[in-house]
Amino acid sequence: MNTALKARASQVPGHTTTPSLEAQDVTSINITNASKIFQSWDGDEIVALEDVSLDIKENEFVSLVGPSGCGKSTMLRLLAGLILPTGGSVEIDGTPVNEPRKETGIVFQKATLLPWKTIIDNVLFPLSVMREMKPDSEQTAHDLLSLAGLGGFEKKYPDELSGGMQQRAAICRALVHDPEILLMDEPFGALDALTREEMALELLRIWTERPKTIVFVTHSIPEAVLMSDRVVVMSARPGRILEIIDVPIERPRTFEVEARNDFQKCAQHIRHLITGK
Amino acid sequence: MTSKNAPSTSAISSPASNKSGLAYQLRRIWHVGQDVVLPVGTFIALLLFWEFCVRVFEIPIYLLPAPSLIYAETAAEWSIVWGHTMATLVTVLLGFGLSIIISLPLGFALTSSRHVSNAIYPLLVLTQSIPKVALAPILVIALGANELPRVAVTFLVAFFPLVIAIATGLLSVPADLIELSRSYKTNRLQELLRIRVPYAIPFIFSGLKAAIALAVVGAVVGEFVTSDRGLGYLIQTSTAFFRMPLAFGAMVLLSIMGIVLFQIVGIAERILFPWSSSKQVFAG
Ligand SMILES: Nc1ncnc2c1ncn2[C@@H]1O[C@H](COP(=O)(O)OP(=O)(O)O)[C@@H](O)[C@H]1O
Ligand SMILES: [Mg+2]
Repeated sequence: MNTALKARASQVPGHTTTPSLEAQDVTSINITNASKIFQSWDGDEIVALEDVSLDIKENEFVSLVGPSGCGKSTMLRLLAGLILPTGGSVEIDGTPVNEPRKETGIVFQKATLLPWKTIIDNVLFPLSVMREMKPDSEQTAHDLLSLAGLGGFEKKYPDELSGGMQQRAAICRALVHDPEILLMDEPFGALDALTREEMALELLRIWTERPKTIVFVTHSIPEAVLMSDRVVVMSARPGRILEIIDVPIERPRTFEVEARNDFQKCAQHIRHLITGK
Repeated sequence: MTSKNAPSTSAISSPASNKSGLAYQLRRIWHVGQDVVLPVGTFIALLLFWEFCVRVFEIPIYLLPAPSLIYAETAAEWSIVWGHTMATLVTVLLGFGLSIIISLPLGFALTSSRHVSNAIYPLLVLTQSIPKVALAPILVIALGANELPRVAVTFLVAFFPLVIAIATGLLSVPADLIELSRSYKTNRLQELLRIRVPYAIPFIFSGLKAAIALAVVGAVVGEFVTSDRGLGYLIQTSTAFFRMPLAFGAMVLLSIMGIVLFQIVGIAERILFPWSSSKQVFAG
């Protein structure tokens, strides 16, 4: 792995091998002047992202917030390697993201579980489709499901579970191959408010137990502030980064912090950026 | 649903009622049985009404024979009628099997790319716009006076809804699910076999149900044009000799065959793919 990195780094002009490798140890995602222009069917160009730059450190929890259509999902799909930037670059550990990577997990707004598979088989799906099933994989899936409060539901089918439980299973599926990066596109958007809060804390707990880089898209400003190290505020048409806000609240966090002054101030600032009020 | 819930609701609404009481048991049987009792009862009533009308108004046999007469004449010729039934069944099953064998790859091809779809789809629609009855005599010349033209007509009548159902099912997979599978680096074959085909199962089964029902129609059309066996042939010869009760008997057997085959497809779905149910397709 290291040799591969070195080989690649040395091919890039202007890269000196050793220092840049050290720099890459702390920075896991580099989005540099990235833009994405979609061609609509009638030939119009839609600028979904324009000149976006963002560096995300390893094991950092970063949220993307902004009005709908500002390119949050586009940014995640770029990071997932599902689409390519039309300008600039998207790199993970110094390597351009040209295709989906095995070290990335994705969670969508809908659980998108396979209705014909049991919960445990859904969670194991990434391993089975990537031919990475190992003797202890089933145990890994069991442990994840227990961690997410779904112990005992392994043999159920998705439609036997509530929406919140399905989404937990989807999160377990995204974690089963132990990815370095977890991309979450409004993962709690389809849940009711109470389940949503509960899930947010649960995700924080899982993240504390198994640190990962998480890029989290949400519509809820308090949710973003509660969970993130940094909140990226975006604007629409063209999709740009308005400001990146550090959340100055120590961890572990619970709902109590939402009442605090610094929390309120932070949330207020983000709301002001988005709505202009 | 109703039959499952109804007994418990009635037990709750009248807490005094004894679960082992006769009234409760009767009500239970009524609730459970009404899904069966109502349609069967209506059917028997209709038969009785038919018999009654034919006898009272002395309707001539060549217009409308009485159910009792249909039964008597068909039963009298049972061994011959049974042979015809089996002959038709063979044609139906061969045509249905051929529909499956050809529709599956066609469905895959239609959804594989826009170009393939543009190339094949108009041809498919063309095969549907040709009247099968007109095509059948031509097929006899081309394929010979044997089972083949009948199977071909059956296939042509039955396969189209199946292809459409398969293509619709393969294309109705949510975009999220496709992105999810792509994010795990699946190739197109994996995507087809592990995501699209399983997702399309309920759609495919509603296509299969339409196809089996149409296969019975297609087989009869084939037999009308060229056959010396089968229920379609029996209807033709019986009407030629004004043996209306026998023609009606053949018709009844055809509809029974259609209903039984349709049910078998539904049962196969429930056994093989318990998570699937074509009802989901209609419920959206
Ligand atoms: N595949 C696509 N083709 C054309 N336009 C697209 C496509 N995907 C996204 N867009 C457009 O790009 C913009 C940003 O979309 P998206 O990233 O989904 O926004 P968000 O997730 O922030 O709501 C929108 O205007 C959307 O219509
Ligand atoms: Mg979005």
